Amino acid sequence: MLSGADMLVRSLQDQGVEYIYGYPGGSALHIYDAVFRQEKVKHVLVRHEQAATHMADGYARATGKPGVVLVTSGPGATNTITGIATAYMDSIPMVIISGQVMSHLIGGDAFQETDMMGVSRPVVKHNLSIQDPADIPSVIKKAFYIATTGRPGPVVIDVPKDMTTPGEEYPYEYPAEVEIRSYNPPVRGHAGQIRKAVEMLLKAKRPMIYTGGGVVLGGASEQLIEMTRALGYPITQTLMGLGSYPGSDRQFIGMLGMHGTYEANMAMHHADAILAIGARFDDRVTNNIAKFCPDAMIAQIDIDPSSISKTVQVDIPIVGPVDSVLNEMIGLIKESDIQPDKENLSNWWAQIDEWAKHHGGRYLTNDKGLMKPQQVIQCLQKLTAGDVYVTTDVGQHQMFAAQYLSFEEPNRWITSGGLGTMGFGFPAAMGIQLSFPDETVVCVTGEGSIQMNIQELSTCMQYNIPVKILNINNQSLGMVRQWQDMNYESRHSNSYMESLPDFIKLAEAYGHVGMKIEKIEDLEPMMKKALAMKDKLVFIDVYVDPSEHVYPMQVPTASMRDMWLSKTERT
Amino acid sequence: MRHILSILLENEAGALSRVVGLFSQRNYNIETLTVAPTEDPSLSRLTLTTSGDDRAIEQMTKQLNKLIEVVKLVNLSEGEHIERDLMLIKVKASGAQRAEIKRCADIFRGQIVDVTSSIYTIQLVGASSKLDAFIEAVGDANILETVRTGVSGLARGEKVLAL
Repeated sequence: MLSGADMLVRSLQDQGVEYIYGYPGGSALHIYDAVFRQEKVKHVLVRHEQAATHMADGYARATGKPGVVLVTSGPGATNTITGIATAYMDSIPMVIISGQVMSHLIGGDAFQETDMMGVSRPVVKHNLSIQDPADIPSVIKKAFYIATTGRPGPVVIDVPKDMTTPGEEYPYEYPAEVEIRSYNPPVRGHAGQIRKAVEMLLKAKRPMIYTGGGVVLGGASEQLIEMTRALGYPITQTLMGLGSYPGSDRQFIGMLGMHGTYEANMAMHHADAILAIGARFDDRVTNNIAKFCPDAMIAQIDIDPSSISKTVQVDIPIVGPVDSVLNEMIGLIKESDIQPDKENLSNWWAQIDEWAKHHGGRYLTNDKGLMKPQQVIQCLQKLTAGDVYVTTDVGQHQMFAAQYLSFEEPNRWITSGGLGTMGFGFPAAMGIQLSFPDETVVCVTGEGSIQMNIQELSTCMQYNIPVKILNINNQSLGMVRQWQDMNYESRHSNSYMESLPDFIKLAEAYGHVGMKIEKIEDLEPMMKKALAMKDKLVFIDVYVDPSEHVYPMQVPTASMRDMWLSKTERT
Repeated sequence: MRHILSILLENEAGALSRVVGLFSQRNYNIETLTVAPTEDPSLSRLTLTTSGDDRAIEQMTKQLNKLIEVVKLVNLSEGEHIERDLMLIKVKASGAQRAEIKRCADIFRGQIVDVTSSIYTIQLVGASSKLDAFIEAVGDANILETVRTGVSGLARGEKVLAL
């Protein structure tokens, strides 16, 4: 016999939860007491609930396991919303347990009462509230099952305080299985559709493989590599997809979309057959849908039927888990009498190589001697060579990191793609570092984003979390500034950071190491030194040229091939 | 085009708000909505009418199906179906009008369910278009109040929406 609070924590143990990230408060105190009286599940105390959700999110993205958050009612719960929305947009499995005021007080505007079910509803895969303490184990099982199966996502469990009262005890049993009659995620794709997609691919003259976060989440990297190599076709990936195909491979032609490579966007525009795998034709990828890939026949694999033909109408929809669908496709490709036409393919590659020469990720170094943000990212690439976990915040630094880092494995590139959440990178890196204490974890950020969750320097001191913060400091909100330069005649409305703190002293105030880098000749040796400090959090503050823009950049409302390639040159 | 979506929903707290919330979140429109438990008390049957082009309706049905508590869903407009809407309408009925209103109600097979010296309250059942036609026949000037349940519907023949 256990109390509701003990059943809750015991259920998390039995679910195999390693970490809870959270912050206590009135309505969650019975649960916190149960957390205290056990050692199996470790609790990490953050300094703001939003950071707890991003920590759980980073943990989930790096390990593939669901992240768990525990907060109190009211402000504790509402502070998690940005983190929940971030996970929801990128389909990250998470379970968020929020305390609630006692059942009989609900609806009466009690102290620290918020309708968490209502507030979280638009940004969760599902939410559940505990109505009877005896249901706690089965509700928790259900939450994890929903969060991790099908298209993953965050699930909130709202727990009124009287469901966890000490002394009110119930028989405990954690269910081995759960069945929900109204929820049956697809287990395999339609054989006929898969055959059609293979036929389309094998007959194509200018084929493209375009993949997204679904391949990472679906653990289908191996299958993707096998199929892509068997075909010899070019592959491009979304921001969320990076790493699921080796970045250094000859067939990988870079990220596509708003800040994608010239060759990837050109190849997509001119393709006659596109296989989209676990990618959702986001507006940051397609540019104007009416002008998207005019000559292409499109096949799309996704586990979520509502992702198919949501924005771009596809010709061959396949609903199913990417790994099993790709396995079937590989089998069919091997058996098929038709094989890719070698001449067509070599012409297509010649064309792509020609495009690659055109831009090829170049940028101009500055005669004033200011460091370029791209140089900082390239230095990180040189020193880590992919043997690193990188998280980012949102803005120019995120795009430079996507463009100039190369990932050979999935689950190592961790970024807020869909929601674009500034403040994500640092706590996400902390969540990863705790689970991989021996690995190098770098948060690539900017002086704008880092200040959105900078309070977590304190959490890092408490738990000795030695992440490396690479602050690409351009003393302005770079991406906002870039848009203002391009669209608002350089009127920099509120995009300055005129009162930057001394980040070095700030880091030191929390017992960490700070380094300021202002000259290109210091960059490599100091970054090397920072990365070598395995047991220290190092805040590396690198001053870069504030006027730099991210290129290529698609021209708004145009097609994929319409890009700015520099401040003066466009296609 | 107008569509009638019929949904079997888990009869649980919050399930309805998820359906309604989805429509506002995704910028879809609900024209009518009816919901009540079925013969199986664990299930509710929800009927809603909406409009949109084929792609919008396809997205709507996919998004609805994605809700965990939606058990099954059918677009009744895709096949032969029966639809009914119930209206209670309170109209002025005095002088020469009194007999005219009564005749009109008879033509539409309405029932007068409440009477005062100057007012008839009429109950009318049928497809929404029939109720609209009655309102037009009676004329705005005579109508004091209307209330409609919204559309309920079933597929014709042997097709059923059940577990």
